[in-house]
Amino acid sequence: MKNSYFGEFGGCFVPELLMPPLLEVEAAMNEIMPAPAFQAELDDLLCNYAGRATPLTHCPRLSEELGFNLWLKREDLLHTGAHKINNTLGQALLAKHMGKTALVAETGAGQHGVATAAAAARLGMDCVIYMGAEDVERQSANVRRMKLLGAEVHAVQSGSRTLKDAINEALRAWIASQRTTHYCFGTAAGPHPFPTLVRNLQSVIGRETRARMLEKTGRLPDAVVACVGGGSNAIGMFHPFLEDARVRLIGVEAAGSGEPGCFNSAPLNLGAPGVLHGNYSMLLQNNDGQIEPSHSISAGLDYPGVGPEHAFLHKSGRVRYGMVRDANALAALMRLCRAEGILPALESSHALAWVLDHPREFAPGSHVVVNLSGRGDKDMDIIRAALAEKEV
Amino acid sequence: MQLLEEKIRKAMAAGRPALIPFLTAGFPDSARFWPTLMELDGNGADIIEIGVPFSDPVADGPVVEEASRRALSDGVNLRDLLKEMARRKGLIKAGVVLMGYFNPFLQYGLQELARDAEKAGVHGLIVPDLPYEESGPMRVALNQYGIALIPLVGPNTAEERMALYAAEGQGYVYVVSVMGITGQRSSQAPQVAETIKRARGVFSLPLALGFGLSEPSQLAELPADARPDAVVFGSALLRHLDAGKSAAAFLARWR
Repeated sequence: MKNSYFGEFGGCFVPELLMPPLLEVEAAMNEIMPAPAFQAELDDLLCNYAGRATPLTHCPRLSEELGFNLWLKREDLLHTGAHKINNTLGQALLAKHMGKTALVAETGAGQHGVATAAAAARLGMDCVIYMGAEDVERQSANVRRMKLLGAEVHAVQSGSRTLKDAINEALRAWIASQRTTHYCFGTAAGPHPFPTLVRNLQSVIGRETRARMLEKTGRLPDAVVACVGGGSNAIGMFHPFLEDARVRLIGVEAAGSGEPGCFNSAPLNLGAPGVLHGNYSMLLQNNDGQIEPSHSISAGLDYPGVGPEHAFLHKSGRVRYGMVRDANALAALMRLCRAEGILPALESSHALAWVLDHPREFAPGSHVVVNLSGRGDKDMDIIRAALAEKEV
Repeated sequence: MQLLEEKIRKAMAAGRPALIPFLTAGFPDSARFWPTLMELDGNGADIIEIGVPFSDPVADGPVVEEASRRALSDGVNLRDLLKEMARRKGLIKAGVVLMGYFNPFLQYGLQELARDAEKAGVHGLIVPDLPYEESGPMRVALNQYGIALIPLVGPNTAEERMALYAAEGQGYVYVVSVMGITGQRSSQAPQVAETIKRARGVFSLPLALGFGLSEPSQLAELPADARPDAVVFGSALLRHLDAGKSAAAFLARWR
């Protein structure tokens, strides 16, 4: 394996039985993906099936209130409702070129599951999704969507019955099915080569943002902000800006309820380095190295680990990582709805909330881009419940 | 020769495969764990693998995962386990191996782990999520104390990868019989035989067959030139113990 680390973070900590398929994915990533014919096929899918390029939307009313220019990168407008489809189309196409006939994937809230099921259907592949039993209950609409799209959905009863257990179960399933099946990993974490593969596929977000901003303003943005769970939308947004030292990059983790000692999803700010799901990165864990449960109002950020490249960028200081509480994310969501007529996903609302809560961080007249990684339709039940609770 | 290899060679010299039971630390419960371990030791176990519980055991099936979960909720942890083992050092005749996932070992500190494991009478470690590429620091730490890092190979491990492990491995080789997780019924005998024969051609270490073994008859299905030097029982033993039956009765079928 080559370049499996980002500084000290990353690696490939998996059972030997998973090394051959991971080496196979690594070889395909390096040999098949760069080919012009593959890239043309992927571009066609991204444009004519998923709806790329996505707009860079200026927010006139919020900009007026804030005193600087707020821009949104509209990944919420993509087919299936979030940036996840950038990754699943790329991996599904790669799998097809590798001769695989099926995809297996984990999902938390169900967005990656839906995006995988859609890509599998589009490319004529079988699809098996593992989802924590608790998430199956919380996100029943997405379960029905996946099934409609032809996926087989397994409710995972082990452990905390959420995303991390779904990943455990998908890895187990992949051991048995690796000959015919590709593991379509959902975020820029997991064992090498997934952090690199997923980042490469999501970097279209940052490349488009860069080009559009130059087109519209003749300059690069002053700051780019994205939410971080596993970290795929953020690394996709940040990566094309890493060399531009003058562009501030800000990742936002979920702080949970914000009470002292509460469950959260902020391993970069509140965790310690360790190994989970195949990579060495920052983790929520106890002193014995057992993984702690995570929590966030947004299911897509609800994960005790984070991609290793974020751990590296955190340590190097190139990216600053803040935290936003459940309530502030919800308030930001409502403010965007009223001010601009856009309902963001609760995940993306964390990134927006950080900007709205820290206006003094940004100079008057500067240009700030928030990655609106997904739309909030999927969160209606959670939003309704949270608002009802507030009124009581 | 490392002690674990010696134990297996001795059993082979007596014309039988060495017996390697696996017991999760703190199983079936904290009161019965040590008596069960001693019972295994007194009834023919050549090597005993003690499972260090982890919250996210990706290579394990439901039986071992559940045992791990129970142990964690009972407060079992590596530090206390090593202390207890050090206190009882010398009482166990069998070779002793710790089997566990990398993160609890890493958080303990690899140097400290190697030092304390030696004090606890541990002869080897199996770390299922530590493939060859990531195994360097752990192996270096363990080797300072004469503790083996036991390689794990399976039906999809090509000879070239086996050779990487063969150059560094010690003790014995854990041969996974099935493309799956612990506790799954082994695949067809011809496939198991094929894996064992390939491993035999690469490794000079003895081969222990594991994952999904529950019946002595499973060995008889293998051709004479593809029988393992040792057999590992995990899930089947845990199920047996959980049903209230004795460790001695389990081993009796295999002796």
